[in-house]
Amino acid sequence: MTSQTQPDDKSADSTRATEMLSGAAMVIRALADEGVEYLYGYPGGAVLHIYDALFQQNKVKHVLVRHEQAATHMADAYARASGKAGVVLVTSGPGATNAVTGIATAYMDSIPMVVLTGQVMSHLIGGDAFQETDMLGISRPICKHNMSVRRPEDIPYLIKKAFHIAQTGRPGPVVLDIPKDMTMPNQTFAYHYPAEISLRSYQPKQQGHSGQIKKAVTALLAAKKPILYAGGGVIMGGASNELTELAKLLNLPVTNTLMGLGAYPADDKQFVGMLGMHGSYEANQTMHHADVILAVGARFDDRVTNNTKKFCPDATIIHIDIDPASISKTINTHIPIVGLVQPVLTDMLALLKQKKKKLDSAALELWWQQIEQWRTVHGGRYDTTAALLKPQYVIEQVSKITKGEAYVCSDVGQHQMFAAQYYKFNKPNRWINSGGLGTMGFGLPAAMGVKLNYPDADVVCVTGEGSIQMNIQELSTCKQYGLGVKIINLNNGYLGMVKQWQDMNYESRYASSYMDSLPDFVKLAEAYGHVGIRVTTPEELQPALERAFALKDRLVFLDIHIDPKEHVYPMQVPGGAMNDMFLSKTERT
Amino acid sequence: MRHIISVLLENESGALARLVGLFAQRGYNIDSLNVAATEDPTLSRLTLVTHGNDQVIEQISKQLHKLIEVVKVSDISEAAHIERELMLVKVKASGNQREEVKRCADIFRGQIIDVTPATYTIQLVGTSDKLDAFIQALGTTPIMEVVRSGASGIARGEKTLAL
Ligand SMILES: Cc1ncc(C[n+]2csc(CCOP(=O)(O)OP(=O)(O)O)c2C)c(N)n1
Ligand SMILES: [Mg+2]
Repeated sequence: MTSQTQPDDKSADSTRATEMLSGAAMVIRALADEGVEYLYGYPGGAVLHIYDALFQQNKVKHVLVRHEQAATHMADAYARASGKAGVVLVTSGPGATNAVTGIATAYMDSIPMVVLTGQVMSHLIGGDAFQETDMLGISRPICKHNMSVRRPEDIPYLIKKAFHIAQTGRPGPVVLDIPKDMTMPNQTFAYHYPAEISLRSYQPKQQGHSGQIKKAVTALLAAKKPILYAGGGVIMGGASNELTELAKLLNLPVTNTLMGLGAYPADDKQFVGMLGMHGSYEANQTMHHADVILAVGARFDDRVTNNTKKFCPDATIIHIDIDPASISKTINTHIPIVGLVQPVLTDMLALLKQKKKKLDSAALELWWQQIEQWRTVHGGRYDTTAALLKPQYVIEQVSKITKGEAYVCSDVGQHQMFAAQYYKFNKPNRWINSGGLGTMGFGLPAAMGVKLNYPDADVVCVTGEGSIQMNIQELSTCKQYGLGVKIINLNNGYLGMVKQWQDMNYESRYASSYMDSLPDFVKLAEAYGHVGIRVTTPEELQPALERAFALKDRLVFLDIHIDPKEHVYPMQVPGGAMNDMFLSKTERT
Repeated sequence: MRHIISVLLENESGALARLVGLFAQRGYNIDSLNVAATEDPTLSRLTLVTHGNDQVIEQISKQLHKLIEVVKVSDISEAAHIERELMLVKVKASGNQREEVKRCADIFRGQIIDVTPATYTIQLVGTSDKLDAFIQALGTTPIMEVVRSGASGIARGEKTLAL
């Protein structure tokens, strides 16, 4: 093997003698050439050659998780925070199937990821060999693309192709299945990592159509009741600045989806909050009554629109999205613009500045008065005088102590919605949650992936006593790699979100929604070598948070006992319009 | 409405499974499907007959486009086109039924391609409608076996679906 030669110098390729590498070494070398720093994974028979190649170099660092699902969420969260694909390595059979939930999670939220799965030897495929599963078949409907290696010499090209597909167009996870015989250490092949590749069958659009952009600008300028509705596409598309500039230029109210939080700063007065099922009263009202909706990198998800037949009856819809299939999928779009959100918004801004026109200011003034009135209707959202700790209050305090700048990685349930509603996200890429698939168990590994890559940042995992137990074993990984994540366990002793639905729809018959025999989370954290703090009263919260965030490098598990009866409000009334909402246990619109 | 969708696909393993999987996963109909390599062995040509309202057909074509191996998609039934399907039918034909079947095959410009004392095998090419009509026309003749290729199609005039 000649793996000692200079790895980085691509330009000198032609003059240098061709490097001969084994398939296993090529896998790792290609990752290094792609600029990958961390690989998240778990070893097993089918990938042992690759692990041995990993061992023999020091460019790509491996993070050993305790369950493959966690590896996928770590890679996924890194991608959400950085915009670059995270990389996973797992063995065949159970290793690969354990990664399935994480692949589906990334797919639903359009997150770039490259997942390398081991496979049994080529000649054994199809014969029900030990630890053989058809990973291409299993992952087909839950990834952007998948491929398998047929010849070891194709490995560099296929890895480049995987990154190319994962990170361009509408991003998503790509699975590369690698039969063990493709990585034999004693067979070497010429290594060349392509700088770029182009596929004739895959040419995602970049720029938006100029005619459509003109139409959109004209429609926007004619609006009397506009709203800007921004989704996760703005975050992954790195278009937060352009979005903010556009909103400021035209004085538009802005709402973000669950995936789009942070795309527009929450502290700004033009921000009306999140929209949708648990969106703010004013966001849902503003949407419903709007005459022009500018949707940017959002997909009119059913958790946003409520009943599509009653959705925003007066609105002309402009929709900017990289994926043509997202346009007019659930809601008919009047002015579609297919392209990357960043260049499209840049073009719109240029056109608006050149036209020097603004919206009808009298109409806009009236619209803002109406919005301000909605804001006051549902101002106080929870009981601030209660003796029991309220989850909303906890999140507000976490938001304050971290100045709205922490990376907040959430699990799934009521606590997720409270975090989305009450944490003030002022920057993009800070709110990391499984919006599309709603994967309980996502939070802790996600926080780990972020903390590893951003060691100086405050990284918070907001979770519940149900969700945290879905990947609690990762506390051990945190110890191994010194990941000082702050866990905010909003412990209500219930699968709270399930309980809420049972309260509202099943006369409070709590079929399996409460948790008997919860562990002592403080002792559990300590057993893993971390710091655990229990908080049971409002008075204890502040000092506990201060202590936790002062312990910079330590993982602190805050087990916070909150009011078990709290519900998330507003909540859209099923089958209703955007603005049909329950506002509390006793009020509705 | 019935639509004939033509797809140019990378001739790679897994590509067809992905395409068929898409239809199953998203609940789209496949009335018929046929596929084979083109004059360029790196490309397959696939003709798919489906039905659905305009919105569904639009989604089908967009979702097909999204598949990485799909090079081109065209709903050829949107404009002037030619559609052909091949059918092989084996029928019981003895006594005076033999003449009857032969006459029917002639009317439809079918060919009898295999004969035994008690059977005929007829080959017929045409639109799917025409093949349906032939089956109807066979009336009481006992049908033993029917093999249909599913429709293939091509645009009329100079329009092509090629690289
Ligand atoms: C893996 C998985 N299983 C089941 C669900 C359904 N589910 C959604 S929220 C929820 C309860 C979550 O409980 P907990 O983590 O304690 O959060 P809380 O709602 O109490 O804040 C359940 C079971 C899910 N989203 N993910
Ligand atoms: Mg709970």
